[in-house]
Amino acid sequence: MFDYDLVVVGGGPAGMAAALKAREEGVEKIVILERAETLGGILEQCIHTGFGLHYFGEELSGPEYAGRFIEQVEATDIDVYTDTMVLNISEDNVVTAVNNSEGLMQFKAIAVVLAMGCRERPRGALSIAGSRPAGIMTAGTAQKYVNIDGYMPGKKVVILGSGDIGLIMARRMTLEGAEVKVVCELMSYSGGLQRNIVQCLDDFGIPLRLSCTVVKTHGKDRLEGVTIANVDERLQPIPGTEEYIECDTLLLSVGLIPENELSKDVGVELDRVTNGPVVDEYRETLQPGIFACGNVLQVHDLVDYVTEESQIAGKGAADYIFGKKKGGTYINTKGVDGVRYIVPQRVNIEGKENLKLYFRVGQVFKGAKVVVECDGNILSSRKKVKLAPGEMENVTITPEMLENMTKDSEIIVRIEQ
Amino acid sequence: MKKSLICVACPLGCPIEIEMENGEVISVTGNTCKRGDAYARTEITNPMRSLTTSVKVEGGVHPVVPVKSSAPIPKGKMFECMGVINQTSVKAPVKIGDVVIENILGLGVDIVATNCDSGK
Repeated sequence: MFDYDLVVVGGGPAGMAAALKAREEGVEKIVILERAETLGGILEQCIHTGFGLHYFGEELSGPEYAGRFIEQVEATDIDVYTDTMVLNISEDNVVTAVNNSEGLMQFKAIAVVLAMGCRERPRGALSIAGSRPAGIMTAGTAQKYVNIDGYMPGKKVVILGSGDIGLIMARRMTLEGAEVKVVCELMSYSGGLQRNIVQCLDDFGIPLRLSCTVVKTHGKDRLEGVTIANVDERLQPIPGTEEYIECDTLLLSVGLIPENELSKDVGVELDRVTNGPVVDEYRETLQPGIFACGNVLQVHDLVDYVTEESQIAGKGAADYIFGKKKGGTYINTKGVDGVRYIVPQRVNIEGKENLKLYFRVGQVFKGAKVVVECDGNILSSRKKVKLAPGEMENVTITPEMLENMTKDSEIIVRIEQ
Repeated sequence: MKKSLICVACPLGCPIEIEMENGEVISVTGNTCKRGDAYARTEITNPMRSLTTSVKVEGGVHPVVPVKSSAPIPKGKMFECMGVINQTSVKAPVKIGDVVIENILGLGVDIVATNCDSGK
Protein backbone atom coordinates (compact mmCIF):
# COMPACT_ATOMS: atom_id res chain seq x y z
CA MET A 1 0.00 0.00 0.00
CA PHE A 2 1.31 3.45 -1.01
CA ASP A 3 0.78 6.34 1.38
CA TYR A 4 -0.31 9.68 -0.08
CA ASP A 5 -1.84 12.88 1.24
CA LEU A 6 -3.89 13.36 -1.92
CA VAL A 7 -4.97 10.94 -4.63
CA VAL A 8 -6.42 12.55 -7.77
CA VAL A 9 -8.50 10.25 -9.96
CA GLY A 10 -8.18 11.49 -13.55
CA GLY A 11 -5.41 13.47 -15.25
CA GLY A 12 -7.42 15.79 -17.49
CA PRO A 13 -7.66 19.55 -16.98
CA ALA A 14 -9.66 19.09 -13.75
CA GLY A 15 -7.32 16.59 -12.12
CA MET A 16 -4.18 18.50 -13.07
CA ALA A 17 -5.49 21.86 -11.85
CA ALA A 18 -6.65 20.35 -8.53
CA ALA A 19 -3.31 18.59 -7.98
CA LEU A 20 -1.29 21.70 -8.84
CA LYS A 21 -3.39 23.90 -6.56
CA ALA A 22 -3.04 21.44 -3.67
CA ARG A 23 0.72 21.42 -4.23
CA GLU A 24 0.78 25.23 -4.23
CA GLU A 25 -1.07 25.13 -0.90
CA GLY A 26 1.68 22.95 0.55
CA VAL A 27 0.38 19.38 0.16
CA GLU A 28 3.43 17.16 -0.26
CA LYS A 29 2.53 13.66 -1.37
CA ILE A 30 0.21 13.83 -4.37
CA VAL A 31 -0.49 11.22 -7.03
CA ILE A 32 -2.56 11.50 -10.23
CA LEU A 33 -4.04 8.27 -11.60
CA GLU A 34 -4.93 8.46 -15.32
CA ARG A 35 -6.67 5.83 -17.44
CA ALA A 36 -5.31 7.03 -20.82
CA GLU A 37 -1.72 6.79 -22.00
CA THR A 38 -1.02 10.48 -21.43
CA LEU A 39 -2.21 13.32 -19.20
CA GLY A 40 -4.55 15.84 -20.81
CA GLY A 41 -7.90 14.06 -20.89
CA ILE A 42 -10.37 14.87 -23.65
CA LEU A 43 -8.45 18.05 -24.59
CA GLU A 44 -5.92 15.87 -26.42
CA GLN A 45 -8.44 15.20 -29.17
CA CYS A 46 -10.04 18.68 -29.19
CA ILE A 47 -7.59 20.14 -31.73
CA HIS A 48 -9.77 23.16 -32.60
CA THR A 49 -9.05 26.50 -30.97
CA GLY A 50 -11.16 28.49 -28.53
CA PHE A 51 -9.75 27.22 -25.24
CA GLY A 52 -8.17 29.49 -22.66
CA LEU A 53 -9.72 32.86 -23.59
CA HIS A 54 -10.79 33.44 -19.97
CA TYR A 55 -7.94 31.75 -18.13
CA PHE A 56 -4.91 32.57 -20.28
CA GLY A 57 -6.38 35.52 -22.24
CA GLU A 58 -5.47 33.85 -25.51
CA GLU A 59 -7.05 31.36 -27.85
CA LEU A 60 -5.43 27.93 -27.62
CA SER A 61 -6.18 24.51 -29.05
CA GLY A 62 -7.10 21.71 -26.63
CA PRO A 63 -3.66 20.04 -26.63
CA GLU A 64 -1.97 23.42 -26.12
CA TYR A 65 -4.21 24.22 -23.14
CA ALA A 66 -3.55 20.79 -21.64
CA GLY A 67 0.14 21.10 -22.49
CA ARG A 68 0.57 24.12 -20.23
CA PHE A 69 -0.70 22.13 -17.25
CA ILE A 70 1.19 18.96 -18.20
CA GLU A 71 4.40 21.02 -18.22
CA GLN A 72 3.62 22.36 -14.75
CA VAL A 73 2.84 18.89 -13.39
CA GLU A 74 6.08 17.54 -14.85
CA ALA A 75 8.03 20.35 -13.19
CA THR A 76 6.80 19.19 -9.75
CA ASP A 77 7.33 15.88 -8.00
CA ILE A 78 3.64 15.03 -8.22
CA ASP A 79 3.56 11.31 -9.05
CA VAL A 80 1.69 10.34 -12.20
CA TYR A 81 0.51 6.88 -13.19
CA THR A 82 -0.85 6.72 -16.75
CA ASP A 83 -2.51 3.69 -18.37
CA THR A 84 -3.86 3.10 -14.88
CA MET A 85 -7.47 2.28 -14.14
CA VAL A 86 -8.99 3.02 -10.76
CA LEU A 87 -11.26 0.17 -9.73
CA ASN A 88 -12.54 1.24 -6.37
CA ILE A 89 -12.40 3.84 -3.63
CA SER A 90 -13.11 2.57 -0.12
CA GLU A 91 -14.90 4.47 2.62
CA ASP A 92 -11.61 5.05 4.42
CA ASN A 93 -10.12 6.57 1.24
CA VAL A 94 -8.06 3.66 -0.02
CA VAL A 95 -7.93 3.86 -3.81
CA THR A 96 -7.45 0.56 -5.65
CA ALA A 97 -6.04 0.76 -9.16
CA VAL A 98 -4.52 -1.56 -11.74
CA ASN A 99 -2.10 -1.24 -14.66
CA ASN A 100 -0.03 -3.50 -16.89
CA SER A 101 3.37 -2.95 -15.34
CA GLU A 102 2.59 -2.79 -11.60
CA GLY A 103 -0.51 -4.96 -11.42
CA LEU A 104 -2.90 -4.22 -8.57
CA MET A 105 -2.01 -1.21 -6.41
CA GLN A 106 -3.52 0.43 -3.36
CA PHE A 107 -3.13 4.09 -2.46
CA LYS A 108 -4.00 5.24 1.06
CA ALA A 109 -5.07 8.88 0.95
CA ILE A 110 -6.11 11.54 3.42
CA ALA A 111 -8.15 13.23 0.69
CA VAL A 112 -9.32 12.13 -2.77
CA VAL A 113 -10.25 14.37 -5.70
CA LEU A 114 -12.66 12.83 -8.21
CA ALA A 115 -11.87 14.20 -11.68
CA MET A 116 -13.04 11.42 -13.99
CA GLY A 117 -14.82 13.67 -16.46
CA CYS A 118 -17.85 12.57 -18.45
CA ARG A 119 -18.73 10.33 -21.34
CA GLU A 120 -21.07 10.70 -24.28
CA ARG A 121 -24.61 9.41 -24.32
CA PRO A 122 -24.49 6.39 -26.66
CA ARG A 123 -26.92 5.13 -29.26
CA GLY A 124 -28.35 2.62 -26.82
CA ALA A 125 -29.73 5.49 -24.75
CA LEU A 126 -31.83 6.71 -27.69
CA SER A 127 -34.76 4.81 -29.08
CA ILE A 128 -33.82 4.76 -32.76
CA ALA A 129 -35.33 1.90 -34.73
CA GLY A 130 -33.29 -0.19 -37.15
CA SER A 131 -30.42 -2.62 -37.26
CA ARG A 132 -26.98 -2.16 -35.76
CA PRO A 133 -24.62 -1.66 -38.71
CA ALA A 134 -21.11 -0.18 -38.57
CA GLY A 135 -20.90 3.57 -39.05
CA ILE A 136 -22.94 4.74 -36.06
CA MET A 137 -20.83 6.30 -33.33
CA THR A 138 -20.65 9.23 -30.96
CA ALA A 139 -19.13 12.46 -32.27
CA GLY A 140 -16.32 12.17 -29.73
CA THR A 141 -15.40 8.69 -30.96
CA ALA A 142 -15.17 10.02 -34.51
CA GLN A 143 -13.10 12.93 -33.17
CA LYS A 144 -10.61 10.47 -31.69
CA TYR A 145 -10.46 8.46 -34.94
CA VAL A 146 -9.74 11.55 -37.04
CA ASN A 147 -7.57 13.63 -34.71
CA ILE A 148 -5.56 11.02 -32.79
CA ASP A 149 -5.67 7.83 -34.86
CA GLY A 150 -5.53 9.67 -38.18
CA TYR A 151 -8.29 8.01 -40.20
CA MET A 152 -11.70 8.97 -41.47
CA PRO A 153 -14.64 6.92 -40.20
CA GLY A 154 -16.87 7.74 -43.19
CA LYS A 155 -17.60 9.78 -46.30
CA LYS A 156 -21.26 10.75 -46.17
CA VAL A 157 -22.28 11.94 -42.75
CA VAL A 158 -25.45 12.79 -40.85
CA ILE A 159 -25.06 14.29 -37.38
CA LEU A 160 -27.74 14.01 -34.71
CA GLY A 161 -27.47 16.69 -32.03
CA SER A 162 -26.18 20.23 -32.41
CA GLY A 163 -24.11 20.49 -29.26
CA ASP A 164 -20.64 21.90 -29.72
CA ILE A 165 -18.96 18.53 -30.31
CA GLY A 166 -21.40 17.74 -33.10
CA LEU A 167 -20.83 21.13 -34.74
CA ILE A 168 -17.04 20.92 -34.42
CA MET A 169 -17.09 17.46 -36.00
CA ALA A 170 -19.26 18.69 -38.88
CA ARG A 171 -16.47 21.10 -39.81
CA ARG A 172 -13.69 18.63 -39.12
CA MET A 173 -15.19 15.90 -41.32
CA THR A 174 -15.88 18.45 -44.09
CA LEU A 175 -12.30 19.77 -44.04
CA GLU A 176 -11.06 16.19 -44.39
CA GLY A 177 -13.20 15.64 -47.46
CA ALA A 178 -16.42 14.10 -46.14
CA GLU A 179 -19.84 15.36 -47.13
CA VAL A 180 -21.88 16.34 -44.07
CA LYS A 181 -25.45 16.22 -45.32
CA VAL A 182 -27.36 17.61 -42.36
CA VAL A 183 -27.22 18.26 -38.64
CA CYS A 184 -30.51 17.35 -36.94
CA GLU A 185 -31.47 18.86 -33.59
CA LEU A 186 -34.38 17.49 -31.56
CA MET A 187 -34.94 20.76 -29.72
CA SER A 188 -36.18 23.98 -31.31
CA TYR A 189 -32.81 25.63 -30.56
CA SER A 190 -29.21 24.52 -30.79
CA GLY A 191 -27.29 23.78 -27.61
CA GLY A 192 -24.09 24.89 -29.33
CA LEU A 193 -22.40 28.28 -29.43
CA GLN A 194 -23.60 30.69 -32.13
CA ARG A 195 -20.00 31.07 -33.24
CA ASN A 196 -19.80 27.34 -33.91
CA ILE A 197 -23.05 27.35 -35.88
CA VAL A 198 -21.65 30.09 -38.12
CA GLN A 199 -18.09 28.81 -38.46
CA CYS A 200 -18.76 25.05 -38.52
CA LEU A 201 -22.06 24.84 -40.44
CA ASP A 202 -22.85 28.09 -42.30
CA ASP A 203 -19.28 28.42 -43.62
CA PHE A 204 -19.67 25.09 -45.41
CA GLY A 205 -23.35 25.31 -46.29
CA ILE A 206 -24.30 22.47 -43.93
CA PRO A 207 -28.01 22.68 -43.07
CA LEU A 208 -29.14 22.68 -39.44
CA ARG A 209 -32.62 21.19 -39.05
CA LEU A 210 -34.22 22.14 -35.75
CA SER A 211 -37.07 20.11 -34.18
CA CYS A 212 -35.92 17.15 -36.20
CA THR A 213 -34.56 13.73 -35.27
CA VAL A 214 -33.37 10.42 -36.68
CA VAL A 215 -36.15 7.82 -36.42
CA LYS A 216 -34.60 4.87 -38.23
CA THR A 217 -31.24 3.58 -39.39
CA HIS A 218 -30.87 1.49 -42.55
CA GLY A 219 -28.24 -1.04 -43.64
CA LYS A 220 -27.03 -4.42 -42.46
CA ASP A 221 -23.22 -4.50 -42.27
CA ARG A 222 -22.60 -0.83 -42.96
CA LEU A 223 -24.96 2.09 -42.47
CA GLU A 224 -26.63 2.92 -45.80
CA GLY A 225 -28.96 5.71 -44.77
CA VAL A 226 -31.16 7.18 -42.07
CA THR A 227 -34.75 8.31 -41.93
CA ILE A 228 -35.24 11.68 -40.29
CA ALA A 229 -38.52 13.28 -39.25
CA ASN A 230 -39.73 16.53 -37.72
CA VAL A 231 -40.94 16.42 -34.13
CA ASP A 232 -43.86 18.17 -32.46
CA GLU A 233 -43.71 20.28 -29.30
CA ARG A 234 -43.75 17.10 -27.19
CA LEU A 235 -40.65 16.02 -29.16
CA GLN A 236 -42.59 13.17 -30.83
CA PRO A 237 -41.93 12.45 -34.54
CA ILE A 238 -44.71 13.80 -36.78
CA PRO A 239 -46.03 11.08 -39.13
CA GLY A 240 -45.74 12.04 -42.78
CA THR A 241 -42.62 14.19 -42.35
CA GLU A 242 -40.18 11.29 -42.75
CA GLU A 243 -37.32 11.79 -45.18
CA TYR A 244 -34.66 9.27 -46.26
CA ILE A 245 -31.05 10.46 -46.36
CA GLU A 246 -28.32 8.32 -47.82
CA CYS A 247 -25.22 8.21 -45.60
CA ASP A 248 -22.54 5.81 -44.37
CA THR A 249 -21.96 7.49 -41.02
CA LEU A 250 -24.21 8.75 -38.25
CA LEU A 251 -22.54 10.80 -35.53
CA LEU A 252 -24.32 11.29 -32.23
CA SER A 253 -23.83 14.42 -30.17
CA VAL A 254 -26.73 13.96 -27.82
CA GLY A 255 -25.48 14.78 -24.38
CA LEU A 256 -22.78 14.07 -21.85
CA ILE A 257 -23.05 12.02 -18.69
CA PRO A 258 -20.68 12.54 -15.73
CA GLU A 259 -18.79 9.31 -15.12
CA ASN A 260 -19.68 8.63 -11.49
CA GLU A 261 -19.45 4.85 -11.10
CA LEU A 262 -16.57 5.19 -8.61
CA SER A 263 -18.38 7.94 -6.73
CA LYS A 264 -21.55 5.85 -6.39
CA ASP A 265 -19.62 2.81 -5.16
CA VAL A 266 -18.08 4.77 -2.29
CA GLY A 267 -21.50 6.15 -1.37
CA VAL A 268 -21.16 9.72 -2.63
CA GLU A 269 -24.61 11.27 -2.95
CA LEU A 270 -25.44 12.49 -6.48
CA ASP A 271 -27.57 15.40 -7.64
CA ARG A 272 -30.43 14.11 -9.80
CA VAL A 273 -30.17 16.99 -12.26
CA THR A 274 -26.40 17.30 -12.74
CA ASN A 275 -25.76 13.55 -12.31
CA GLY A 276 -22.69 14.70 -10.40
CA PRO A 277 -21.95 14.66 -6.67
CA VAL A 278 -23.67 17.02 -4.23
CA VAL A 279 -20.88 19.32 -3.04
CA ASP A 280 -20.18 22.30 -0.80
CA GLU A 281 -18.45 25.52 -1.88
CA TYR A 282 -15.05 23.77 -1.75
CA ARG A 283 -16.42 20.93 -3.90
CA GLU A 284 -16.31 18.45 -1.02
CA THR A 285 -18.90 15.71 -1.43
CA LEU A 286 -21.00 14.45 1.47
CA GLN A 287 -18.33 11.76 1.93
CA PRO A 288 -15.68 13.43 4.15
CA GLY A 289 -12.35 14.01 2.37
CA ILE A 290 -13.71 13.21 -1.10
CA PHE A 291 -13.84 16.17 -3.47
CA ALA A 292 -15.09 16.42 -7.05
CA CYS A 293 -14.43 18.86 -9.89
CA GLY A 294 -14.68 19.26 -13.65
CA ASN A 295 -17.10 17.34 -15.84
CA VAL A 296 -17.61 14.59 -13.28
CA LEU A 297 -19.28 17.22 -11.09
CA GLN A 298 -21.24 19.08 -13.77
CA VAL A 299 -20.86 19.17 -17.53
CA HIS A 300 -19.04 22.36 -18.49
CA ASP A 301 -18.94 24.22 -21.79
CA LEU A 302 -15.65 26.03 -21.14
CA VAL A 303 -12.49 24.35 -19.88
CA ASP A 304 -11.48 27.67 -18.32
CA TYR A 305 -14.28 27.19 -15.78
CA VAL A 306 -13.15 23.60 -15.19
CA THR A 307 -9.73 24.92 -14.21
CA GLU A 308 -11.27 27.52 -11.90
CA GLU A 309 -13.52 24.94 -10.25
CA SER A 310 -10.72 22.43 -9.86
CA GLN A 311 -8.45 24.95 -8.18
CA ILE A 312 -11.22 25.51 -5.64
CA ALA A 313 -11.39 21.74 -5.06
CA GLY A 314 -7.59 21.56 -4.78
CA LYS A 315 -7.64 24.31 -2.17
CA GLY A 316 -10.45 22.54 -0.32
CA ALA A 317 -8.56 19.25 -0.34
CA ALA A 318 -5.44 20.99 1.01
CA ASP A 319 -7.46 22.60 3.83
CA TYR A 320 -8.95 19.20 4.63
CA ILE A 321 -5.52 17.55 4.70
CA PHE A 322 -4.17 20.23 7.05
CA GLY A 323 -7.22 19.92 9.33
CA LYS A 324 -8.39 23.45 8.51
CA LYS A 325 -11.71 22.41 6.99
CA LYS A 326 -13.86 21.55 9.97
CA GLY A 327 -17.36 22.19 11.28
CA GLY A 328 -19.44 24.99 9.82
CA THR A 329 -23.15 25.42 9.31
CA TYR A 330 -24.34 24.25 5.91
CA ILE A 331 -27.44 25.38 4.09
CA ASN A 332 -28.82 24.37 0.70
CA THR A 333 -28.96 26.29 -2.54
CA LYS A 334 -31.94 25.87 -4.85
CA GLY A 335 -32.74 26.84 -8.43
CA VAL A 336 -36.38 27.65 -9.29
CA ASP A 337 -38.33 29.40 -12.10
CA GLY A 338 -36.14 28.40 -15.01
CA VAL A 339 -32.94 27.60 -13.08
CA ARG A 340 -32.33 23.87 -13.54
CA TYR A 341 -29.62 23.35 -10.98
CA ILE A 342 -26.98 25.04 -8.85
CA VAL A 343 -23.44 23.94 -8.03
CA PRO A 344 -22.48 23.99 -5.18
CA GLN A 345 -25.63 22.50 -3.73
CA ARG A 346 -24.66 23.44 -0.15
CA VAL A 347 -22.81 26.38 1.34
CA ASN A 348 -21.15 26.99 4.70
CA ILE A 349 -22.69 30.22 6.02
CA GLU A 350 -19.66 30.74 8.26
CA GLY A 351 -17.54 31.16 5.09
CA LYS A 352 -15.37 34.26 4.94
CA GLU A 353 -14.74 34.49 1.20
CA ASN A 354 -16.72 35.37 -1.89
CA LEU A 355 -18.14 32.32 -3.60
CA LYS A 356 -19.83 31.75 -6.92
CA LEU A 357 -22.97 29.73 -7.52
CA TYR A 358 -22.91 28.19 -11.00
CA PHE A 359 -26.18 27.35 -12.72
CA ARG A 360 -27.86 26.56 -16.00
CA VAL A 361 -31.27 27.63 -17.26
CA GLY A 362 -33.77 25.24 -18.84
CA GLN A 363 -34.75 27.40 -21.82
CA VAL A 364 -33.68 30.53 -23.69
CA PHE A 365 -34.47 33.83 -21.89
CA LYS A 366 -33.98 37.30 -23.36
CA GLY A 367 -33.80 40.39 -21.17
CA ALA A 368 -34.65 38.44 -18.01
CA LYS A 369 -33.33 39.08 -14.51
CA VAL A 370 -31.30 36.66 -12.41
CA VAL A 371 -32.54 37.08 -8.86
CA VAL A 372 -30.81 35.68 -5.77
CA GLU A 373 -32.84 35.62 -2.57
CA CYS A 374 -32.79 34.18 0.91
CA ASP A 375 -35.56 34.10 3.51
CA GLY A 376 -37.61 36.47 1.37
CA ASN A 377 -34.82 39.07 1.04
CA ILE A 378 -33.40 39.84 -2.38
CA LEU A 379 -29.61 39.57 -2.21
CA SER A 380 -28.92 40.52 -5.81
CA SER A 381 -30.78 41.08 -9.05
CA ARG A 382 -29.06 41.45 -12.38
CA LYS A 383 -30.51 41.84 -15.85
CA LYS A 384 -29.05 39.57 -18.53
CA VAL A 385 -29.40 40.27 -22.24
CA LYS A 386 -29.60 36.55 -22.95
CA LEU A 387 -29.59 33.31 -20.97
CA ALA A 388 -29.33 29.99 -22.80
CA PRO A 389 -29.17 26.36 -21.64
CA GLY A 390 -25.85 25.92 -23.44
CA GLU A 391 -24.10 28.54 -21.38
CA MET A 392 -23.26 28.16 -17.72
CA GLU A 393 -23.98 31.28 -15.66
CA ASN A 394 -22.90 32.31 -12.19
CA VAL A 395 -23.83 34.66 -9.37
CA THR A 396 -21.55 35.80 -6.56
CA ILE A 397 -22.37 35.38 -2.88
CA THR A 398 -20.39 37.61 -0.51
CA PRO A 399 -19.63 36.90 3.19
CA GLU A 400 -21.85 39.91 4.04
CA MET A 401 -24.80 38.18 2.35
CA LEU A 402 -24.12 35.05 4.41
CA GLU A 403 -23.98 36.95 7.72
CA ASN A 404 -27.72 37.10 8.36
CA MET A 405 -28.42 33.52 7.38
CA THR A 406 -29.31 30.77 9.83
CA LYS A 407 -29.13 26.98 9.61
CA ASP A 408 -32.69 26.93 8.23
CA SER A 409 -32.04 29.45 5.45
CA GLU A 410 -32.02 28.48 1.79
CA ILE A 411 -30.37 30.44 -1.02
CA ILE A 412 -32.67 30.61 -4.01
CA VAL A 413 -31.71 31.60 -7.56
CA ARG A 414 -34.55 32.28 -9.99
CA ILE A 415 -35.21 33.89 -13.34
CA GLU A 416 -37.65 36.79 -13.45
CA GLN A 417 -39.03 37.67 -16.89
CA MET B 1 -27.24 44.95 -52.37
CA LYS B 2 -28.26 43.72 -48.93
CA LYS B 3 -26.57 40.91 -47.08
CA SER B 4 -27.49 39.42 -43.74
CA LEU B 5 -25.47 37.52 -41.18
CA ILE B 6 -25.61 36.53 -37.54
CA CYS B 7 -23.10 38.24 -35.28
CA VAL B 8 -20.79 35.94 -33.32
CA ALA B 9 -18.93 38.64 -31.39
CA CYS B 10 -20.83 37.58 -28.24
CA PRO B 11 -23.43 34.91 -27.32
CA LEU B 12 -26.34 37.25 -28.06
CA GLY B 13 -26.30 36.46 -31.81
CA CYS B 14 -27.82 39.64 -33.29
CA PRO B 15 -29.18 39.31 -36.84
CA ILE B 16 -27.30 41.98 -38.83
CA GLU B 17 -28.18 43.51 -42.20
CA ILE B 18 -25.41 45.02 -44.27
CA GLU B 19 -26.00 47.28 -47.25
CA MET B 20 -23.27 47.10 -49.88
CA GLU B 21 -22.55 49.12 -53.00
CA ASN B 22 -19.64 48.37 -55.34
CA GLY B 23 -17.99 46.28 -52.65
CA GLU B 24 -18.22 49.12 -50.11
CA VAL B 25 -20.22 48.91 -46.90
CA ILE B 26 -22.93 51.60 -46.90
CA SER B 27 -24.67 50.73 -43.64
CA VAL B 28 -24.80 48.14 -40.87
CA THR B 29 -28.07 47.63 -39.01
CA GLY B 30 -29.45 45.17 -36.46
CA ASN B 31 -26.35 45.12 -34.27
CA THR B 32 -26.74 46.21 -30.66
CA CYS B 33 -23.12 47.19 -29.99
CA LYS B 34 -19.95 48.53 -31.62
CA ARG B 35 -18.34 45.10 -31.71
CA GLY B 36 -21.20 43.91 -33.89
CA ASP B 37 -20.55 46.72 -36.36
CA ALA B 38 -16.84 45.86 -36.55
CA TYR B 39 -17.57 42.15 -36.87
CA ALA B 40 -20.03 42.71 -39.70
CA ARG B 41 -17.63 44.92 -41.69
CA THR B 42 -14.74 42.44 -41.51
CA GLU B 43 -16.97 39.43 -42.03
CA ILE B 44 -18.55 40.87 -45.16
CA THR B 45 -15.43 42.30 -46.80
CA ASN B 46 -12.67 39.92 -45.72
CA PRO B 47 -13.82 36.95 -43.61
CA MET B 48 -10.92 35.29 -41.79
CA ARG B 49 -10.80 31.92 -40.05
CA SER B 50 -8.35 30.00 -37.91
CA LEU B 51 -7.58 26.64 -39.47
CA THR B 52 -6.98 23.60 -37.28
CA THR B 53 -6.30 20.14 -38.63
CA SER B 54 -3.66 17.43 -38.33
CA VAL B 55 -0.59 16.41 -40.26
CA LYS B 56 1.11 13.03 -40.77
CA VAL B 57 3.98 12.13 -38.45
CA GLU B 58 6.71 9.70 -39.48
CA GLY B 59 7.93 7.57 -36.61
CA GLY B 60 5.52 9.10 -34.13
CA VAL B 61 3.64 7.52 -31.23
CA HIS B 62 0.50 8.52 -33.13
CA PRO B 63 0.07 8.62 -36.92
CA VAL B 64 -0.88 12.33 -36.88
CA VAL B 65 -0.11 15.44 -34.86
CA PRO B 66 -2.53 18.39 -34.59
CA VAL B 67 -1.63 21.72 -36.23
CA LYS B 68 -3.11 25.21 -36.51
CA SER B 69 -2.60 28.30 -38.61
CA SER B 70 -0.44 30.77 -36.65
CA ALA B 71 -2.98 33.49 -37.52
CA PRO B 72 -6.40 33.51 -39.22
CA ILE B 73 -6.41 32.88 -42.97
CA PRO B 74 -8.94 34.03 -45.59
CA LYS B 75 -12.06 31.87 -45.33
CA GLY B 76 -11.96 31.06 -49.05
CA LYS B 77 -8.44 29.62 -48.78
CA MET B 78 -9.28 26.91 -46.24
CA PHE B 79 -9.59 23.98 -48.64
CA GLU B 80 -6.53 25.06 -50.63
CA CYS B 81 -4.53 25.07 -47.39
CA MET B 82 -5.95 21.65 -46.47
CA GLY B 83 -4.63 20.35 -49.78
CA VAL B 84 -1.10 21.49 -48.97
CA ILE B 85 -1.25 20.23 -45.36
CA ASN B 86 -2.51 16.81 -46.44
CA GLN B 87 0.53 16.45 -48.75
CA THR B 88 2.90 17.23 -45.89
CA SER B 89 4.44 14.99 -43.26
CA VAL B 90 6.81 15.70 -40.38
CA LYS B 91 9.35 13.51 -38.63
CA ALA B 92 9.07 12.80 -34.91
CA PRO B 93 9.99 14.18 -32.45
CA VAL B 94 7.58 17.11 -32.76
CA LYS B 95 7.10 19.83 -30.13
CA ILE B 96 4.26 22.31 -29.56
CA GLY B 97 4.99 25.40 -31.67
CA ASP B 98 7.22 23.66 -34.25
CA VAL B 99 6.67 25.21 -37.68
CA VAL B 100 5.39 22.45 -39.94
CA ILE B 101 4.79 24.57 -43.06
CA GLU B 102 6.29 28.04 -43.41
CA ASN B 103 4.26 30.80 -45.09
CA ILE B 104 1.55 28.51 -46.47
CA LEU B 105 0.37 29.56 -49.98
CA GLY B 106 2.30 32.80 -49.48
CA LEU B 107 -0.37 34.01 -47.05
CA GLY B 108 2.21 35.09 -44.49
CA VAL B 109 0.88 32.50 -42.05
CA ASP B 110 2.69 29.41 -40.75
CA ILE B 111 1.20 26.03 -39.93
CA VAL B 112 2.46 25.08 -36.46
CA ALA B 113 2.18 21.94 -34.34
CA THR B 114 -0.18 22.18 -31.37
CA ASN B 115 0.87 18.98 -29.61
CA CYS B 116 4.05 17.05 -29.09
CA ASP B 117 5.01 13.58 -30.26
CA SER B 118 8.19 12.24 -28.72
CA GLY B 119 8.44 9.47 -31.31
CA LYS B 120 8.50 5.72 -30.90
